[in-house]
Amino acid sequence: MPFYVSPEQSMRDKADYARKGIARGRSCVALKYAGGILMVAPNPSSALHKISEIYDRIAFAAVGRYNEYENLRKAGVTYADITGYQFDRHDVTARGIANWYAQTLGTIFTESNKPFEVEIVVAEIGLQSSDDQIYRITFDGSVSDEPGFVAFGGQADQVSTALKERYREGLSLAEAFSAALAALNAPSNGEQRPDAVAAQLEVAVLDRARDHRTFRRIRTARLEELIGEVRAADQKAAEALEAAAAAEAAEAAKAAEAAKAAETPQTPAEPEPADSGPQVGPDAGSSDRGSGVGDGGEPPSSPL
Amino acid sequence: MGSYFEGSQPGPFGGGNGGPGRMRGAGGPGSRPPAGFMDRQGSSFADFVGSHSPGLLPGVTPGPAVPAGDGQALRDLPHATTIVAASCEHGVVLAGDRRATSGSMIAKRDVDKVFRSDEYSAIGYSGTGSLGIEFIRLFQVELEHYEKIEGRSLSLEGKANRLAWMIRGNLAAAMQGFIVVPLFVGYDEGADRGRIFSYDPLGGPYEEHRFYSIGSGSVFARGSLKKLFVDDMPVRDAVLACVQALYDAADDDSATGGPDLTRRIFPVIATVTADGYRRLSEAESEDYAQQVVQGRMSAPDGPSAPLRATG
Repeated sequence: MPFYVSPEQSMRDKADYARKGIARGRSCVALKYAGGILMVAPNPSSALHKISEIYDRIAFAAVGRYNEYENLRKAGVTYADITGYQFDRHDVTARGIANWYAQTLGTIFTESNKPFEVEIVVAEIGLQSSDDQIYRITFDGSVSDEPGFVAFGGQADQVSTALKERYREGLSLAEAFSAALAALNAPSNGEQRPDAVAAQLEVAVLDRARDHRTFRRIRTARLEELIGEVRAADQKAAEALEAAAAAEAAEAAKAAEAAKAAETPQTPAEPEPADSGPQVGPDAGSSDRGSGVGDGGEPPSSPL
Repeated sequence: MGSYFEGSQPGPFGGGNGGPGRMRGAGGPGSRPPAGFMDRQGSSFADFVGSHSPGLLPGVTPGPAVPAGDGQALRDLPHATTIVAASCEHGVVLAGDRRATSGSMIAKRDVDKVFRSDEYSAIGYSGTGSLGIEFIRLFQVELEHYEKIEGRSLSLEGKANRLAWMIRGNLAAAMQGFIVVPLFVGYDEGADRGRIFSYDPLGGPYEEHRFYSIGSGSVFARGSLKKLFVDDMPVRDAVLACVQALYDAADDDSATGGPDLTRRIFPVIATVTADGYRRLSEAESEDYAQQVVQGRMSAPDGPSAPLRATG
């Protein structure tokens, strides 16, 4: 190289370059549910996948530059297949694959001029939910073990925050899907709404109920069903909320009347804010989401 | 051994020792990521293993070539024997006896020679046992690997051709007498029927129509099937015909095992239909075997075919 560039400067430049590349794309999420692990990615293409099968109980999801992560995916499949062929199918683990990715990405980051603009998640289901593992590997080869759920790519922080609000242990598939959709629709994760049509989403699960190869794509028909379920649940939650609000209003009116009758004007004003306390939570949440989503007409997602 | 554990091959854990990706001096525009699993060309697992760690391929012996066996040593290796296949209504049946022999001795009574190769195909083998097991494992991974890399399964012909190519890869071992001959069956979605492919020790495939058998008892099994087979049989009938054929093979061939009622060891039977691969449970297999054995109590030579063609 003609000029001296300090290592700090060069690393910083590479990291910035990779981050910028990744930030252009939209985020994906992976989360545990009662029956396995669910992965959801906004992806208008049905042929160029972001989520794929690596091995019997292991899946791969990536964001960033397609040719780079596709290359990594194939390498991961090869690594898994050759390990399983050489030893036994049980000897292929997500940890081994995550380590391999970490090492590969780390080497590429330090030794080549152009780092890979990718972020990868490797997930594995165990025999029980507590044995499930989700690893996230970033462009510089750092790897982290994620507890229960992970959002990665573009606006991972916001999406992750939104997902954290809704995630809990033992969600059903529909509940987990609803949480994933709500998180992907979090403010500033792109302008489009991925839940608008099934064709805009790529969804897959590692399903503990299956034997041998547990990876399964959720295709259009089943996906539309799931979206329908989520909408119905949202509707129900909204109706319940409305009913609760109406009941509360009626109660408040009654209380006000009673207060008027008793001619003590201070008392109804005091308990009212306290009463509407629980209602403020979901309301505030929905208005938060609503502003980002830019759609006031849609009922708020159920606070599952 | 020539495997990547000794560092003679670029290993799975990143680049090879001192490969282009690791050389600081090569860090110009031409610098490349670590070799090994990255930048894969093609989607064949066997091809990759062949270039990456050839010692893992079945039939490839490490070090200098092993001189041809003296015959006796070869005969003393466990050998798997008879496999039969018969097409049926919208599918195909594959069945195998359970015996492995070493020369004139029985090496194993309960060996498995019929396997699922993928969702819509099955494979059985006869010949050298250990080599066959490795071979089937490689073929299973080959099909699954292609499916994962390409996002779609191979066509049935593609699978059959792939298998032929893999057998040819075993040429050197075959010439020394370590022979494995598979019998491959699958469901052809386009034609909605089962198809059977046979091979010789150097490859193939030869497409067989209606039914086929391989292994030491195959002559007797095929003779039996010839008389029992009817086009487009229901699956149950085709299974029964296969079990009858295996019984006939065991009757006349010492290397083929019949149903073992005392130890409750029965043929392995698999069906491949539009619903995919299914291996019959022990209980189902026992049921068919019992039917055949009961029949033979009164007619030891089994059912007889009509002497004159009807109609």
